Amino acid sequence: MAKLYTRDTQAIFWNNNTSAIQRMLDYDYTIQRKKPSVAAIVAPTSSNKFEKFFYGPDEIMIPSFKTTAAAKAAQPQADVFLNFASFRTAYDVTMEALDIGGFSSMMITAEGIPERLARHMNAYARAKNVTIIGPATVGAIVPGAFKIANIGGTIENIVQSKLHRAGSCGLVTRSGGLFNELSNIIAINADGIAEGVAIGGDRFVGSVFIDNMLRMQENPEVKYMILLGEVGGTEEYKVIEAVKSGKITKPVIAWCIGTIAKYYDSGVQFGHAGASANGEMETAAYKNKAMAEAGIHVPASFNDLPLMIKEVFTSLNLPAIPEPAMSLCPSVRKSKEFICTISDDRGDEATYAGFPISSLATPETGKGIGDVVSLLWFKKQYPKWATDFIETVIKTVADHGPAVSGAHNAKVTARAGKSVVESLVTGLLTIGPRFGGAIDGAAEYFKYADDNKLTPAEFLNHMKKEGVPIPGIGHRIKSLKNPDLRVKGLMDYAAAHFPSTPLLDYARTVEQLTTSKKENLILNVDGTIGILMVDMWRALGYSEEDINEFISSGTLNSFFILGRTIGFIGHVLDEKRLAMPMYRHPMSDILYDVQVAEKI
Amino acid sequence: MAQKAIREYDAKSILAKHWDKYFPNFTYAYETVMVQNGSELAAVAKDKKWLNEKALVAKPDMLFGKRGKNGLVLFKDAKPGDVSLAKAISWIDEKSSTEQSVYFSFDGDTPTGEAKTDMLTHFVVEPFTPHAQEEEYYISATCVGDDDVLYMSAEGGMEVEENWDKVIEVKFAITDTEDEIASKIRANIPKDVAEKDKEGFADFAIGFFKAYRELNFAYLEINPFVMQGSKIELLDMVAKLDDTAGFMMREQWGDVEYPTSFGMEEKSPEVLAIEDADSKSGASLKLTILKPEARIWTMVAGGGASVVYADTIADLAGIEDLANYGEYSGGPTTSETKFYADTLIDLMTRTPDKEGRPKILIIGGAIANFTDVAKTFTGIIQSFETYAEKMKEHKVKTYVRRGGPNYEKGLKDIKEAADRLGLYIEVYGPETHVTDIVRMALAK
Repeated sequence: MAKLYTRDTQAIFWNNNTSAIQRMLDYDYTIQRKKPSVAAIVAPTSSNKFEKFFYGPDEIMIPSFKTTAAAKAAQPQADVFLNFASFRTAYDVTMEALDIGGFSSMMITAEGIPERLARHMNAYARAKNVTIIGPATVGAIVPGAFKIANIGGTIENIVQSKLHRAGSCGLVTRSGGLFNELSNIIAINADGIAEGVAIGGDRFVGSVFIDNMLRMQENPEVKYMILLGEVGGTEEYKVIEAVKSGKITKPVIAWCIGTIAKYYDSGVQFGHAGASANGEMETAAYKNKAMAEAGIHVPASFNDLPLMIKEVFTSLNLPAIPEPAMSLCPSVRKSKEFICTISDDRGDEATYAGFPISSLATPETGKGIGDVVSLLWFKKQYPKWATDFIETVIKTVADHGPAVSGAHNAKVTARAGKSVVESLVTGLLTIGPRFGGAIDGAAEYFKYADDNKLTPAEFLNHMKKEGVPIPGIGHRIKSLKNPDLRVKGLMDYAAAHFPSTPLLDYARTVEQLTTSKKENLILNVDGTIGILMVDMWRALGYSEEDINEFISSGTLNSFFILGRTIGFIGHVLDEKRLAMPMYRHPMSDILYDVQVAEKI
Repeated sequence: MAQKAIREYDAKSILAKHWDKYFPNFTYAYETVMVQNGSELAAVAKDKKWLNEKALVAKPDMLFGKRGKNGLVLFKDAKPGDVSLAKAISWIDEKSSTEQSVYFSFDGDTPTGEAKTDMLTHFVVEPFTPHAQEEEYYISATCVGDDDVLYMSAEGGMEVEENWDKVIEVKFAITDTEDEIASKIRANIPKDVAEKDKEGFADFAIGFFKAYRELNFAYLEINPFVMQGSKIELLDMVAKLDDTAGFMMREQWGDVEYPTSFGMEEKSPEVLAIEDADSKSGASLKLTILKPEARIWTMVAGGGASVVYADTIADLAGIEDLANYGEYSGGPTTSETKFYADTLIDLMTRTPDKEGRPKILIIGGAIANFTDVAKTFTGIIQSFETYAEKMKEHKVKTYVRRGGPNYEKGLKDIKEAADRLGLYIEVYGPETHVTDIVRMALAK
């Protein structure tokens, strides 16, 4: 890996840190990346399926998951893991991600992870060849390609510090705040940076100066390097060794901060947790001297660092870097209150899932109501056998006579002088677990039995334990000998046109068992519709999870609602035509059993 | 700082609490008490029979070593091993009543370097353990570089430093398994350990190292421990804990405190207040008072930048003029920043400069990544409003340099506020080199 990140690099962001994620997307938009740099968010306590963010002036949705495993499975190409967990959980979150695998680098922002855990985590990552940036860091950046979270600060500062496109410097620091400062100094005195890493302020960090600098040595875009070290630790000596042994040949400019520490005893902690000198070798002054002796460019003080950068940069005589095109993020943006993903009325002609209405409305288009349902309900173009099935279902459930409770309610309401819509919704409001709900229930329970490979007998037992009659089984008068022709029609259609009907096949074996107990315990029309819908979705390639979601969100019931609306409207219009008076239920039909209320 | 020293008494208490887990084949009587004065010892003696029955040893427990050479270990009255409870009580009362001088390094028995003077406030009292010199052993563990290192020696007590070449060092990677650790330790038992103790020594060392790792010690030393068959005495211990592990070690460590070292100034109420605010905030607030009467005070954002400012002040003005070290970072709220600024400005306006010069307040910082500059500066401005009169009285000159989110507004606001309040201020943004305001302040 000569380069830490590219313009295609994508990350999984653990914790929905909205401002940091927005900063990344602003950067992406500014540098005109093709894809957002955050592919998924892991938010263990959120049930949201996505989070909205701005992408330039517009909004986009980034998928959100409860677990890292689910996020990685959905976005396998995202090979950077940005761990924004607290110091209490950061270790576990990192270890889990390392075990899931498929990440090339991970950044950990938490400060103060227990040292032993940090060491363990770093060693484990190293063994798995995963580059760890942090803990206790603001991150890393490859200008013009990918930036982690808040590094570089605001988008205005990023452009001012030339972090929007690759320069020639490889920058490594411990401190995150000074990383930004140095980017600015490098922009003023040279041509910006090619790759930069703030390795983190804790005593035990994953990748150290030398790891990053050896990679930068291999990266042709890096022409020279700047190292900003600190009092404490011995990491700078590994760099000195690499310079001496010729592993690092590019010019290096370096400075260790914390020269003041020599005036105070160890009771004063300067800067980060890692910044505490044990012995002379770990003092800033000693390290600065050793680096200078090894041929590294070391200024006289931090104040002189800009001058030194200018000097080294000028001596390299590099060609000027062309300024790439940039997009400008608007400074005022308003988040949208509503999201629509099915239709769009902004153009010349309104569209259903991308199709102009005129392209499906008239008969010569060859499209029917089933096609409209597939576009507006499922945002997919279903094949003809499926749209025909949908239409068959709608036609089959359209009406079941005036006696059923929904139609009865609609009629009573219409007779009370209410309008079509009022009467209709009265009927519709009756639809639920007992009226029309068998479609949902049949799909749910038969699918459950089939998924769990229950034999028909086991399924019956299971339902008995649940204390529920099997939804979709049983008819008032119909039996195997006197079949329901609507059911037969649906089954014949499925047999002729469905690629396969595994759930129906299973349901038929259940039916054999139930009808052997009682003649009229047949698969009824609700059951057949629910079961065949599952078979349809399976054949269309939906995952079991998708189908379970259709069931739980009430999609099956929606077919019943849609179809039965036709019938209800018919009954309401019928009442209007007949001009029947207000209905009053005969008292003779009511059992009155009213006791005098007891005093309590 | 992640690694914090704890008292010997607490170190022994932690090991005793987990003794059977790590040292199932050994016994440790855990006869030790910590007291602050003689009457406290008399009081605990009512419950602890051994204090009345056994000969005692008493010594201060205040994070410093070389107590024997400093004459601060009571183990004899007329002859070694005859210290009674009454004697221990009177000795502790005597030693705790006046300031004591302690040397931290010795050349042979001659003290070198400077002594520190302070009151002795904590003592441990334990039974006198008669034992032979060859029963004394040394063991310690710490982390060096990326590895843990276990040090073992057959020479315990005061002799260990003089015989450091006989100390065996064994390195362990963090990934070493328990089996690997055990076999490395068994293969490296110092050859001078008595033949009869070799097996026991290895067993003890394995348990010791396991306790060091699992209980999140950063440093753990027993010098010496006495091994008499399966009976262990911990004569002297030094320990540091990795306090970042505190949240998961609450149960294991019990009620442990991190005392200030002997001779160090007690933390001032202001420093304690900042520490308290820091512990309650997601942001970072740090303050160390170096020289409260000095004229240059710094209020710098960011761990790295604060060090650079301190370096520059030391280079350009010398440390005599630097009053404090500290930093605020990680996006503190307006009120947290105000509290931090209040504390600093209050401290800097208590005494006038001896030479009558203006005081200097450096409000510095690098270009912030995510801290909202205008928001934090609002806190500083509120503090200016509270302390304007005092700041004028001490002729405080304020120099500001900052960049980052919303910096233009922050700089404009602080300039306007200072002008309105009649305070001297110079304000610079990211176009000025981060530490250049130090040079400017000193040039005037």
